[in-house]
Amino acid sequence: MMPSKDEWIKALNDRHGKDLQNKISSTTVGICGLGGLGSNIAIALARAGIGKLILIDFDKVDITNLHRQQYKASLVGMYKTEALRENLKEINPYLETEIQTVCVTEENAKELLKECDIICEAFDNAECKAMLTNFVLEEMPDKYLVAASGMAGMGSANSIHTRKVTKRFYLCGDEISDVSEGIGLVSTRVMICAAHQAHTVLRLIANEFEV
Amino acid sequence: MVKINGEYVDVSGKTVLEYLTLAGYDTKRVAVELNGDIVPKAQYSEIVFKDDDNVEIVSFVGGG
Repeated sequence: MMPSKDEWIKALNDRHGKDLQNKISSTTVGICGLGGLGSNIAIALARAGIGKLILIDFDKVDITNLHRQQYKASLVGMYKTEALRENLKEINPYLETEIQTVCVTEENAKELLKECDIICEAFDNAECKAMLTNFVLEEMPDKYLVAASGMAGMGSANSIHTRKVTKRFYLCGDEISDVSEGIGLVSTRVMICAAHQAHTVLRLIANEFEV
Repeated sequence: MVKINGEYVDVSGKTVLEYLTLAGYDTKRVAVELNGDIVPKAQYSEIVFKDDDNVEIVSFVGGG
């Protein structure tokens, strides 16, 4: 039986405490890229009762995504934005989502992300990661940015870390392991990195600014 | 001396772009912070490192 909204909020308050839950529930997070990082970040934050997620990706679910991304086999061929929204509604029926099925560029990023308190960079491509990071830090200095770099391969789980680079810029990953070298992306290590990003978001909401 | 990613390097007087090129960075994959502030990409060839600058260069790798 589907829990009511009141039951849902009470369960979250019991877990997180009412003050923190109120902060989580009033925060808007933008997730740029809905692959292995973004789909896992979205699910973690949906479970935590985040206020609103803005989900951005231009791509469709492909069979090669299923080993690490939070999509079901039955959703292959669907836009990731629509597929993820469907998954998230099953997890948290009271989550507010906005989907944008577009490619993020320097031209549209400001408009897409203006409502966000915190932005997660969750792209696959290194140049796209650098583009968004530079854009947000240069053009949207009031936002927090949580980016990721280095999570490919079978390296130790413990080498994935979170680093505070500047006041509003946090970086998760081992900062080294490139997808072009070795065996590519492994679901567990990508999930660890995504969990670092999602946890950094929750810590920022809780006013915990150090790592 | 300039502190770059925690190490002291003798590059005072060089522009950001000169240093990135010298050190073998791909400028399309980096974000550069100088004394806690982002260096706008358009200013890489204008901003000159000076002694006691604290520089952080994040060089992104692929995967996500």
